[in-house]
Amino acid sequence: MEQTIRDHFVRMVGDNEHMLSLTSTRDVLWVLYDRVLNVSPANIDDPDRDRFYLSKGHGPMAYYAVLAEKGFIDPDELNTWAKLGSPIGLHPDRVLIPGVEISSGSLGQGLPLGVGSAIGLRADGRSARVVVMLGDGEFDEGSNHEAIAIAGRLGLEHLTAIVIDNSSASLGWPDGIAKRFEVENWRATTVDGRDHEELYEALTKEPDGRPQAVIAMIHDSAGGMA
Amino acid sequence: MTAQMTRKLMRLVFVDTVVESLATNTKLALVTADISSPFFNEARAKAPERVINVGIREQAMIGIAGGLALAGYRPIVHTYAPFLIERPFEQIKISLAHQDVGAILVGIGSSYDNIPRGRTHQSPGDVALLDTVPGWTVHVPGHEDEVEPLLRKAIAGDDRVYLRLSDKVHSEEIPVADGFTVLRRGSAGVVVAVGPVLADVLAATSTMDVTVLYASTIRPFDHAGLRAAVVASAPNVVMVEPYLRGTSAHEVAEALGDVPHRLQSHGVRRDQEVRAYGSAADHDRLHGLDAASLTESITGFLERTGASR
Repeated sequence: MEQTIRDHFVRMVGDNEHMLSLTSTRDVLWVLYDRVLNVSPANIDDPDRDRFYLSKGHGPMAYYAVLAEKGFIDPDELNTWAKLGSPIGLHPDRVLIPGVEISSGSLGQGLPLGVGSAIGLRADGRSARVVVMLGDGEFDEGSNHEAIAIAGRLGLEHLTAIVIDNSSASLGWPDGIAKRFEVENWRATTVDGRDHEELYEALTKEPDGRPQAVIAMIHDSAGGMA
Repeated sequence: MTAQMTRKLMRLVFVDTVVESLATNTKLALVTADISSPFFNEARAKAPERVINVGIREQAMIGIAGGLALAGYRPIVHTYAPFLIERPFEQIKISLAHQDVGAILVGIGSSYDNIPRGRTHQSPGDVALLDTVPGWTVHVPGHEDEVEPLLRKAIAGDDRVYLRLSDKVHSEEIPVADGFTVLRRGSAGVVVAVGPVLADVLAATSTMDVTVLYASTIRPFDHAGLRAAVVASAPNVVMVEPYLRGTSAHEVAEALGDVPHRLQSHGVRRDQEVRAYGSAADHDRLHGLDAASLTESITGFLERTGASR
């Protein structure tokens, strides 16, 4: 699988030199789409499917690669990356790519969207999950903290926020990101963002009435698949 | 102000219509940010999963509306206009428009309804801001009776709608229409009144030989209606809008692209921030939107063509 994903990367960026900034999300995305989320090309219109919202829209090549590997995107489309008329660019566009649930790139938009969808799905009586991926730099945006407070008060137990923490926040997060969630009544777990088993375990915990945060620590953005 | 004590505020018409609709439409959701939230306590008790007050968190309020729409709901979002449109504008652009989902934004406060609170509670640039994002329908009712049909139509749709409520009202009973309604016909030019400015426009033009058009829906702009009125009258157009002056100038230019014409725009002045308290009527005068100021400026505009009376 690792080589296949790397091959998909190369289709987009043309070489391996740009890998460093593209891989921080790769393992989490793979675990999500391979083992956790109830979503596939066969059920992308099913209201009971799980939703994945890539809020951290920057560097989405890993996302495209996983979507291609799972059949949402024709791998040949990856050759057109960022070209005129291509559906795939530096930021994902839900209107252009089947399976991409939100258009992102402007930071701080995905978690409020996820909270709204989790509210709607709960109002429908559905247990579908909404999983939102953010970056630790993106976590600076105030809109995230508005959404964290609301989700905690509402007890949206089928909402999961994954924060990819590769220490890119300019002012850092003293005492860690998990505490920002815990104080607002979230269950927060910090894991190795390269360790598939740790990720799987954290992402498959039984709901307990609280939204869940998974802080995925990335110490080496260019690291290999665990 | 032309509102009478016995008349119902647009805001309360909105509340009643939404409460009734929430009871019958299970795919309707309401998101508030404290403003007006107590009006919906009973509705929230009946449907707590889709009547949400997020507190004073306007960015998340818009994002949550987008998420509700993605999950198949028709969200109504409500607060004061500056906190509904200006503060979370990027969320409007990205979490609604760029996601290509619909929502109904309902604002109160208008350009300067709440004068004592000053500039922070004024939003004259709201319609101009929405003009930078494609696909918005903008309703500017001028009479409280227009609010319910406009809102019900919006609830039945799935598009992006801004309903701009105001305290100021006129007294004309005009059926709600998608485009312009012709109230008066004349030969010297066309005066367009948008929503609550109508009473001042009618008073200002009472002795002028002009066509008067009225709109409670200004986006989409009724290009064909304006063009037909100009062809039947004269290519002198006066736009009187209750928000930023010249907001619809580009629409007039598009409507009359191949017709040589003159345009005079009235609205909230752009050249300076009016730092004054007082009353809404005082601010009408300071912005040149009172009947006397309109009479003087429209007369001068038409006299320069020799076609005023």
